[in-house]
Amino acid sequence: MTLPFYVAPEQLVKDRAEYARKGIARGRSIAALEVREGVLLLAENPSRTLTKTSEIYDRIAFAGVGKYNEFESLRVAGIRYADVKGYQYGRRDVTAKSLASAFSQTLGNIFVQGPKPFEVEVLVAEVGRTVAEDRLFKVTYDGTLYDKRGYTAIGGQADELSDRLGEDYEGTPGLAEALALTANAFREVEGRAIHGWEGALLAREGPPRRFRRLTKEELGEIATS
Amino acid sequence: MTGSLLPLGEPMPGASFTELIRSLDLAPEWTLGTDAVPPSFHPPDATTVLALRYDGGVVMVGDRQATAGYDIAHRYIQKVFAADSYSAVAISGTAGLGVELIRLFQTELEHYEKLEGVRLSLDGKATYLARMVRSQLPMALQGFVVVPLFCGIEPENGTGHVFTFDAVGGRYEERDFGAAGSGSREARAYLRTVYSPEFDRTAAIDHSVAALVAAAGQDLATGGPDLRRGIYPNVVTVTTEGLQEVDHASVVAAAERALEVVR
Repeated sequence: MTLPFYVAPEQLVKDRAEYARKGIARGRSIAALEVREGVLLLAENPSRTLTKTSEIYDRIAFAGVGKYNEFESLRVAGIRYADVKGYQYGRRDVTAKSLASAFSQTLGNIFVQGPKPFEVEVLVAEVGRTVAEDRLFKVTYDGTLYDKRGYTAIGGQADELSDRLGEDYEGTPGLAEALALTANAFREVEGRAIHGWEGALLAREGPPRRFRRLTKEELGEIATS
Repeated sequence: MTGSLLPLGEPMPGASFTELIRSLDLAPEWTLGTDAVPPSFHPPDATTVLALRYDGGVVMVGDRQATAGYDIAHRYIQKVFAADSYSAVAISGTAGLGVELIRLFQTELEHYEKLEGVRLSLDGKATYLARMVRSQLPMALQGFVVVPLFCGIEPENGTGHVFTFDAVGGRYEERDFGAAGSGSREARAYLRTVYSPEFDRTAAIDHSVAALVAAAGQDLATGGPDLRRGIYPNVVTVTTEGLQEVDHASVVAAAERALEVVR
């Protein structure tokens, strides 16, 4: 009988974290900002059909970076979770907090028990009636859950982008202003031209389903500037 | 769904919400024994609903009354619902089953749209609804029949469509108008004599409310507009602008005109 090769837990976690981080570092970043009109999600995305942001429920949106098949399966699981909960109870009972916590539990489990960790970071955003009620949650590959205020970023350059956003983000900007300052931060952090934008807004006012994609016209100004 | 974990490892039932809740054992189920239903048991029935095509869209109207035998069970029930932003659905038959069927249908359409990133085609929605009705067949044989009515537009070309169904899940596209429920015969008879495909929005609303008044005039179970209690039909239109509930003042005006015209 051969004894299983002993690996110290510290080493195991370190190896897995390094593996996941390498995968994520290749991914392009996504920023989320609380603005007067709602919550803005902005990503660099050359593709017009393979999106990184998605509607989850009435006031809740999802964004994911990393390996496409992995964040896509998380997105689908998130929509299933939300729709089942809303159907079983009521539409108001679906909250970003419980969803983010479910993402956190799931990613945490996969990190420790799965054959390999997911190479993803996800963001769960919820728009409130007032800016004070907005929610931004960030969940990393190992299931760590962060509760962010005002602005945040995920992806390869998440920390740099987030720091850069912090320099310009003051009070609560309007949508146009926020788009300009985020696009600027992207360019400075990446140090190059950006190939294609994907933008989405969770509107503060309107019909029950608040998620909408920003049109080419709305993104037009930042695309050319 | 197990605790606070996401349904990642669960069976993946494609984009269908009904299959998803079935795999989680959460699907609504009404199972009956082989014994007949006791004759004293009358769950409320929802009565007349109708929809008609006009130049630019479709209009759908439903009365507000539910009956249980000879008793009025509810006076203010809603039978016309938004299925999604470009289609409307209404129920007739056993109200409790119908309302649940619609809730499931609405969730189904939204679920599909979010997962796939595009809306189902109008034809696809009607086919799905027919399948849902068919799955209720055992209940229908026990006397709990649900017959929906469906209408909407294809946003790309703006033409309206009306679909009627039967208890076995038959799906029929109507050329001009469709109706379901106990007063539907009267409503159709009225519409046959006045209908024109050139109706504008106002004419379409007026005539569909009048058809409902005609149905209420003959059918005991259908509740016409009740000016004294302030009960008016639910009226929605679907155009390229999307589904809109017709404002209260217009419905009141249409109901008052209809009560003068229909004897």
